[in-house]
Amino acid sequence: MATIRYAEALNLALREEMARDDTVFVFGEDVATYGGVFKVTQGLRDAYGDRVRDTPISEQTLTAMAVTAAMTGTRPVLEIMYADFLPLSLDALVNQASIYHYIWNEQVTMPFVLRTQGGGGVGTGAQHAKSLDAMVAHIPGLKVVAPVTPADARALLKAAIRDPHPVIFLEHKLLYNLRGEVDEADEAPAEIGRARVARAGRDVTILATSRMVLEAQKAAEELAGEGVSAEVIDLRSLRPLDLDAITASVARTNHAVVVNEGWRFCGYTAELAATIMDHAFDDLDAPVERVAARDMPIPYAETLEREVIPDSADIAAAARRALA
Amino acid sequence: MLEMHRRMVLTRHLEERLGEMHKAGRTRGPIHRCDGQEAVGVGATAAMAHDDFVTTTHRGHAVYLGRGLDPRRVVAEIFGRETGYCGGRGGHMLVGDAQTGMMGGNAIVGASIPAATGMALSMQLRGEARVALAVFGDGAAQTGICHESMNIAALWRLPVVFLLEHNAYGLTVHHSAQSSVPDLSVRAAGYGMPGETIDGNDVVAVYGAVAAALQRARRGEGPSLIEARTYRVEGFSTSDMGGYQPDAEIAEWRARDPILLARAALADRLGAAHVERCETEARAEIDAAFDAALADPMPAFAPHTPSAPHAGRAYGVR
Repeated sequence: MATIRYAEALNLALREEMARDDTVFVFGEDVATYGGVFKVTQGLRDAYGDRVRDTPISEQTLTAMAVTAAMTGTRPVLEIMYADFLPLSLDALVNQASIYHYIWNEQVTMPFVLRTQGGGGVGTGAQHAKSLDAMVAHIPGLKVVAPVTPADARALLKAAIRDPHPVIFLEHKLLYNLRGEVDEADEAPAEIGRARVARAGRDVTILATSRMVLEAQKAAEELAGEGVSAEVIDLRSLRPLDLDAITASVARTNHAVVVNEGWRFCGYTAELAATIMDHAFDDLDAPVERVAARDMPIPYAETLEREVIPDSADIAAAARRALA
Repeated sequence: MLEMHRRMVLTRHLEERLGEMHKAGRTRGPIHRCDGQEAVGVGATAAMAHDDFVTTTHRGHAVYLGRGLDPRRVVAEIFGRETGYCGGRGGHMLVGDAQTGMMGGNAIVGASIPAATGMALSMQLRGEARVALAVFGDGAAQTGICHESMNIAALWRLPVVFLLEHNAYGLTVHHSAQSSVPDLSVRAAGYGMPGETIDGNDVVAVYGAVAAALQRARRGEGPSLIEARTYRVEGFSTSDMGGYQPDAEIAEWRARDPILLARAALADRLGAAHVERCETEARAEIDAAFDAALADPMPAFAPHTPSAPHAGRAYGVR
């Protein structure tokens, strides 16, 4: 076991997969010489040469190229620097990547990974702080994962690279320095589509994604002081969703709070709430409570941004409402 | 050249039969005919090596048949049959056949350009001497992804050939209202790659230019831009109500029909009777393809498991 940072865990996964399979390559803005603006790809250029490429600022084309490179015998890992730039990638995701396996009658697979990072909380402003999870999770044919711990970051990135289908890999700018234990000897990939119980509890289920899992854990701690036992489930995979884990937990706690850092209206929490209603309605003792970003642009000033991005206090309050 | 001529006639007869079927109300969705443009798709694909890749547009029938796809399975796809290249899932704009490297009609204008560029990157990384050919139109040449792709391809010397099939109209809008320059091949200079404008109705000229560009790419010398000037004589699609293409302009291009030009050149060398026989056989092949394909079964619905929103479940509710 070693304690490493989230960014280092991602770097380790990339090194392991590039060593294991010489069709894996990494490309994106600033990823080669500089090692990525969040240093996830540091040192890869030296180790793997031309298989690690700095690119022009051309997200639309880079994403489309990842799709067809993947169709023709390589495994691209594309870094899109900010999730806020995903709209530039959308045509290649919605109209290209997501369709060909089905539309071409399963003649091709598309094993590529689009890594990006989103989220707010550090004053990056309206064009560099969004969580557009729901936008990509909406698209049939794509998988979307969002690990929180360094161990999951490594194992899920390995799984994403080996997956025959396109995977959108969502990181969070506030997670890169998070430390956690990683068993370096265990090179096994994770299974995409499996949630994790981050904290066991009896009274209320809190389903959360990405950095919101950490906020949910803080909220659970606070609730414990009030005698409330909250179960925190880290979804890890936004699509496909681990329905069994969700229904099993709600069947025990009979209360649910769903949390995502993206916007509320038509957002990922709306899907989670509807999923619980579809599959676990009879187990609910109260309506599902949603915690999400306010439906407005993300402001810059700290006092303003805090009002828009959800936090542990919002989650604890939602749990109290559910249990009231 | 006779084989290229045959494939142009196959394509033309396919388009004419589709036009008849549309009038009879027997087609589904719009059909984008390429009458008058056959020399571009056919001449270009004839120049490809067996393991090269090609991507094309929503108007790709000449590329499909030029690349040697089975007309029966092409027709079956157009009519949504189980025996079609994509089992009826794609339709006429989105035919793809991985086996022949015919990597798809693409109905997002411009998308065939980065598609081929990505395949070229894959080949460069794998160290394979295979080239990707991007066929796209003058409308697509105005997209941002065209610029991005050409810059990246030239920067990395990717084995890709950009074949601009210039048919003068982006849906209803004339190229003079879409482009700041009349000859789009001049843009190649901005990327540091060779560019030329050729007669897109001369199948031999298309073959020669594309063959040279493919060889250059295969040698590792990077991409080229070929602008093949041609003309769309039958309108944007079967739903086009017309009125924007001047009659005189259509007549002028009809007089320079690629099939007329090739027929005359071949008749000089092989005799008119020989060429005529080849054309008759080609038309009969298309007729037989229609007969067979239209008798084929419609596909049965099955959900797409990788699209399923819930892990371990085959599909969600509708």
